[in-house]
Amino acid sequence: MDRIFNIIIAGVGGQGILTASEILAKVAMEVGLDAKKSEVHGMSQRGGSVVSHVRFGKKVYSPLVEKGACDIILSFEKSEALRWVHYLKEEGGKVVINDLEIIPTTVSLKLDTYPTNIEDQIRDKAKAEVILVPATDLARQAGDARTANTVLLGVISNFLPFEDKVWEKVISDNVKKETIEVNLKAFYLGKNYYKK
Amino acid sequence: MGKKELLSGNEAIARGAWEAGVRVATAYPGTPSTEILENVAKYKEIYAEWSTNEKVAFEVALGAAIAGARSMTSMKHVGLNVAADPLFTSSYTGINAGFVIVTCDDPGMHSSQNEQDNRRYAKFAKLPLIEPSDSHEAKDFFKEAFKISEMFDTPVLFRMTTRLSHSKTVVELGEREEVPLKNYVKDFRKYVILPSNARVRHYVVEERLKKLQEFASQTNLNRIEEGDPSLGIVTSGISYQYAKEVFPEATFLKLGMSYPFPVDLFKKFANMVKRIIVIEENEPFLEEEIKILGYTGVEGKKYIPLCDELSPEVVRKGVLGAELPHPEPLKSVARPPVFCAGCPHTGIFYNLWRLKATVTGDIGCYTLGALPPYESIDTTICMGAGITNAFGFELARGKDFSKKLFGVIGDSTFLHTGIPGLIDIVYNKGITKIIILDNRITAMTGHQDHPGTGKTAKGEPTKAVDIKEIVKACGIDKVYEVDPHNLRGTRDVLKEVMELDEPAVIISKRPCALLPEERKKQAARPKRKVNPDVCRGEKCMGCIKLGCPAISMKDGKAYISELLCVGCDLCIQVCPFGAIS
Repeated sequence: MDRIFNIIIAGVGGQGILTASEILAKVAMEVGLDAKKSEVHGMSQRGGSVVSHVRFGKKVYSPLVEKGACDIILSFEKSEALRWVHYLKEEGGKVVINDLEIIPTTVSLKLDTYPTNIEDQIRDKAKAEVILVPATDLARQAGDARTANTVLLGVISNFLPFEDKVWEKVISDNVKKETIEVNLKAFYLGKNYYKK
Repeated sequence: MGKKELLSGNEAIARGAWEAGVRVATAYPGTPSTEILENVAKYKEIYAEWSTNEKVAFEVALGAAIAGARSMTSMKHVGLNVAADPLFTSSYTGINAGFVIVTCDDPGMHSSQNEQDNRRYAKFAKLPLIEPSDSHEAKDFFKEAFKISEMFDTPVLFRMTTRLSHSKTVVELGEREEVPLKNYVKDFRKYVILPSNARVRHYVVEERLKKLQEFASQTNLNRIEEGDPSLGIVTSGISYQYAKEVFPEATFLKLGMSYPFPVDLFKKFANMVKRIIVIEENEPFLEEEIKILGYTGVEGKKYIPLCDELSPEVVRKGVLGAELPHPEPLKSVARPPVFCAGCPHTGIFYNLWRLKATVTGDIGCYTLGALPPYESIDTTICMGAGITNAFGFELARGKDFSKKLFGVIGDSTFLHTGIPGLIDIVYNKGITKIIILDNRITAMTGHQDHPGTGKTAKGEPTKAVDIKEIVKACGIDKVYEVDPHNLRGTRDVLKEVMELDEPAVIISKRPCALLPEERKKQAARPKRKVNPDVCRGEKCMGCIKLGCPAISMKDGKAYISELLCVGCDLCIQVCPFGAIS
């Protein structure tokens, strides 16, 4: 593989962004690629906006994705996708969004408003393919609502050059033993959701 | 070839310490340095401790190195300020077995109060400085640092930054080298820094610095990467990766040991290239070294900003004046960090806000009390200043003003540097009131134990310090304990102490809501619900002003998220209409 893949995973602290980006980077390492991942979070991990950059390819230098170079934005929360669209490549980027709204205290206190028409805004401005995924519902179908992050990894696996068995191995190695089965189910529910 | 793993820079340092045969490791937690000691503590061959503060950590590790064991200490950049006193003198004494000090700087201030570039400490204290650029280098260079330390009889400053500490990159693992204890021989002239000895040692330090400078041009930590001779880039640390990303074809002088500056190697490099640009984060540390040599045409901060963290786009925009083409930014919602649902600090700050108190703050999760909805912290400077700043307010504005004045500080922080401040208030006849927010752990950095928790860094049970008894021993006669989840009870005590003409300490005691034992208790409690028929919604907003992340407004009424609620019942206490059950 000659090219470098740049992926941004965004969401709200406490949503499992760390685990998902770890699995993604390890999948790349498993097939012998150079991989780097970097999390950006501030003071409190919970409730605040959190983002993780994952890059892989033959040789990777910066652990941060450059503005204008991101291939895929994977957002675990609806409005968080908006925050990073200017990192996308000018054309051909993809934005995979979990159909879940988490209302911050700033909105309840009327210091801010929750954005509307999120999908349309991204399609218009970023000219990116937007894929809205009912990840929490699919995760419930798999057996545990907390596996929404694995569902979303399943969706983006359709755009990445890794075989299913590599994903299976890395997911199995990185989740609690008793949840391996549910996570694998969640992964394939995500994978097949996009194929449909 | 060794096994490969994806490790953060901090995990890689811990691995490097183990491979280097380190025996003693000390630290005080502080982002981004915390995970170094957490990971070192997992190796049975290494003694690891959370020290009460960075100065203590430094002195314990230095003592171990003088006594013959390879030792290390790690801290965040501002932590080195606390340890600056022994740092400077350790340069004079030198070491016996290897001694490496890790400073984790925080460009961009992701969770810090300033953006100091601790490379300056190396020059100030006349110590060699090592700067890796990824996790693999962090591990390998850390081992090399011990060799340099022993070769030149010097402490070594090892500088990381947030991006290195918290990025994960591929690392090839090695084996541990068992380094035997070195002999300890009493040496009064070296280790007892009386003025007469120190005067002699200063000459030793200057001589050492000269030798280190020659070494800097020979060590393989520094290298020239030959490329296009039209552009030469001098860089170190993470900046190397950003520069390489943007200018893959250029000729590089890549510095892993950046102080003392490798003059000979630089001259060789300068002869190879037409134009030289220094790409470095924050201070013009390397640029100044080059300009001192008389290379006035060298450029650096002309293109690269002094403030904030670097990134590939900042380097590209700075030097080339353009970014990669990208979509226009879109506006999302502001999502500042907040107290967790069930956080014990909520009850205190809700009350302080209601009382319109003046509050001097300290470093910890509770610094968030400065943000909406409470906005009830007036100052935050550094660890310990929650107490001392409050006394300063009293001195400036008098005893009447200070009746509504509170200094707040955490439990770990109180033990770190709070105690001397409290003694100062008592000794100097102040009446300042202090609240110790005792959540039974060092919460903000991710739940590290401290002398008050009864557990060591290795998870072993130990004697726990009794904060109440310490407070009394400092001379405070009025000590109160409150449960911050009891809003009325807490407010009554706050009001009571406001009337006192003597200093008082309120210990607000309740464990962090994210501790595993607390989570078990939460699971057994009912989730709270709003009765929409009783809720006055937008007309009231009483529960919203609690600042609990589980509560929001939905269709004009309050709504409690089942996913986030931990059943602490604070909202029941603030609802004037009994709409929550």
